[in-house]
Amino acid sequence: MTAAALPLVEQFSYGLDAPICLTWELTYACNLSCVHCLSSSGRRDPRELGTAECRAVIDELQRMQVFYVNIGGGEPTVRPDFWDLLDYATGHDVGVKFSTNGVRITPRAARRLAASDYVDVQISLDGATAQVNDAVRGPGSYGTALRAMANLAEAGFTGFKISVVMTRHNASQLGEFKALADSFGAQLRLTRLRPSGRGAGVWDELHLTAGQQRQLYDWLAAHGSSVLTGDSFFHLSGYGAALPGLNLCGAGRVVCLIDPVGDVYACPFAIHPAFLAGNVRDPGGFTRVWRESELFGGLRQPQSGGACESCAAYRSCRGGCMAAKFFTGLPLDGPDPECVQGHGERALATADTAAAPRPAGDHSHRTRRAPVPVELSRRRPAGLASAGHPPVSACNPDPLAGFTPPGR
Amino acid sequence: MACAASTDLAGAAFDLDAAWRLAPQVQVRPERFGALLYHFGTRQLSFLNSPALLAVVSSLATQPSARAACAAAAVPDAELARYGRALGTLAASQMICRRDPV
Repeated sequence: MTAAALPLVEQFSYGLDAPICLTWELTYACNLSCVHCLSSSGRRDPRELGTAECRAVIDELQRMQVFYVNIGGGEPTVRPDFWDLLDYATGHDVGVKFSTNGVRITPRAARRLAASDYVDVQISLDGATAQVNDAVRGPGSYGTALRAMANLAEAGFTGFKISVVMTRHNASQLGEFKALADSFGAQLRLTRLRPSGRGAGVWDELHLTAGQQRQLYDWLAAHGSSVLTGDSFFHLSGYGAALPGLNLCGAGRVVCLIDPVGDVYACPFAIHPAFLAGNVRDPGGFTRVWRESELFGGLRQPQSGGACESCAAYRSCRGGCMAAKFFTGLPLDGPDPECVQGHGERALATADTAAAPRPAGDHSHRTRRAPVPVELSRRRPAGLASAGHPPVSACNPDPLAGFTPPGR
Repeated sequence: MACAASTDLAGAAFDLDAAWRLAPQVQVRPERFGALLYHFGTRQLSFLNSPALLAVVSSLATQPSARAACAAAAVPDAELARYGRALGTLAASQMICRRDPV
C-alpha cells in the first residue's frame, strides 16, 4: 500500500506505464497560417507517417489502454485518410478528440461525427469577433469556424468544444466566448499561449498582461469545471486556490506528443531536439519510447525547483510550464515567464533572451502574408529573339525558347 | 444503453445496500496506485486511488450489494464510510450506476 499512500499528483509525476492521453499531430499541412501556431505548421512533410503506420500506432495505443488521443496538426482533416483513421481508432477502443479549424466540417461530416459516441471535436477560435480572430488565424477563418459550429449543432452534436488560445486581444472577450459556446450547446475550452513554434515570434506582443492573468484566474475560479482548460493554467494557482484539474506538468509523465513524422516529444509545446524522446518507427515502437527513453526517465525523477522552492506559491504552481521557460530563455528550474509573483518578468529582464533556443522543425508556408510587388516586363533579352517569334516569357518551359542558332 | 436507475445523486448519501455496476462505456485501466477510469460517453476521467477500491468496483456487478462487494474485498468495517463516499463520487460522475438486483 506504499504506492497508494502517495497523492495522485505525486504518482503521476513519477510516470505511468502508458500515457493517460496523448497529442498526435497527423500532418504539418494546414490551410491556415496562424501567427502563434505551436507546431509551425503549413506544409506537409514528405516523411509523414502513412496510413498503415498510423494504424500500427493505434494498435499500440489499444494494447497500452490509452483511452483517447487528442488529434491535431496542422489541420488533421486535410489528410485523405483522416476519416478512415478516425474509424480505425474508435473501432480499436481508442477514443478521439480532434482539433480543427473547421474547414472540412461540412453538414455531412457533422452528421457523421454526431453519430459516434467515441469522437469529440474541438473547433479552434481565437477571437469572439472576426476582427480579433482573423488577426491571429487569418482572413476568413472566423467564418469557417462559425460555419463548422453551426453544422455540428444542426447535426445534433452537443458538447463539442470551442477551443481558445488566450491572448492579450481576446482576454476581454471571455463572456462573449462563453455566450457563443452556450448558443451552440458547446463547451468552452481556454488554453494558454506558449512561446512554441511560431508562437515564439509573437509571444512578447500577444501573451496576457499581469492584470489580464489575474482576471482570467478569477473568471476560471468562478466558472469551475464548466470551462475546460486542458490543465494549462496551473501556473495561475500561485494566486491562491488551485484551479480544477491535476495542476501538474504531465510532460513525458502522463502525456506526450507524437508528431506527423512519428517523433515523440515530451509535450506538444516542446518541439525541439532537447525534448525529443525517440520515434515510433524505432525498434520497439511507441511503447518502448514511452517506457525506456532516457529523456522521459529523467522527467520522471524528482525535479529541482531551484530558487522557486523557497517561494510560498511553489507547492501550487510547481514552477509553471517547462516549454514556456525553455523558449523564453529561462532556466528550467527557475520561474515561469508568467509567474504570478512577477519573478518571471524580472528574470526575463536580465536573461539573455536573444540566446533562447529556437523552436525546431519549421513547416510554415513559404508564402508571405503581405503582397509582394512584382514587376512585369515584356522586354526581350537582347540578341536572342528573332523577328516573327512571340516574346519569350519567364514561364516558357522550352529550354531553347527564343534561341536562334547562329548561321540560320 | 442506460443505467437501470438514474437518480440524482449529487449530495445524496450512497446506498451501500443497493446493487451497482460499472456503467456501460466505462473502461478501467489498472495502475500500481489503483486504476484509471474513463467514461467514453461523458469523456470524463476518474482515478481510483487504491487497489482495494479497484477490487470493490470490479466486483460490484457480481455482488448483491456494494456492501457485499466491500466485504469481498476485505474492507474493514471502520473503512466502510470512506469507501461509501468514494463510491458516491463515482456514482455522481456516472462511472458506476444502479442495476436491478439479481
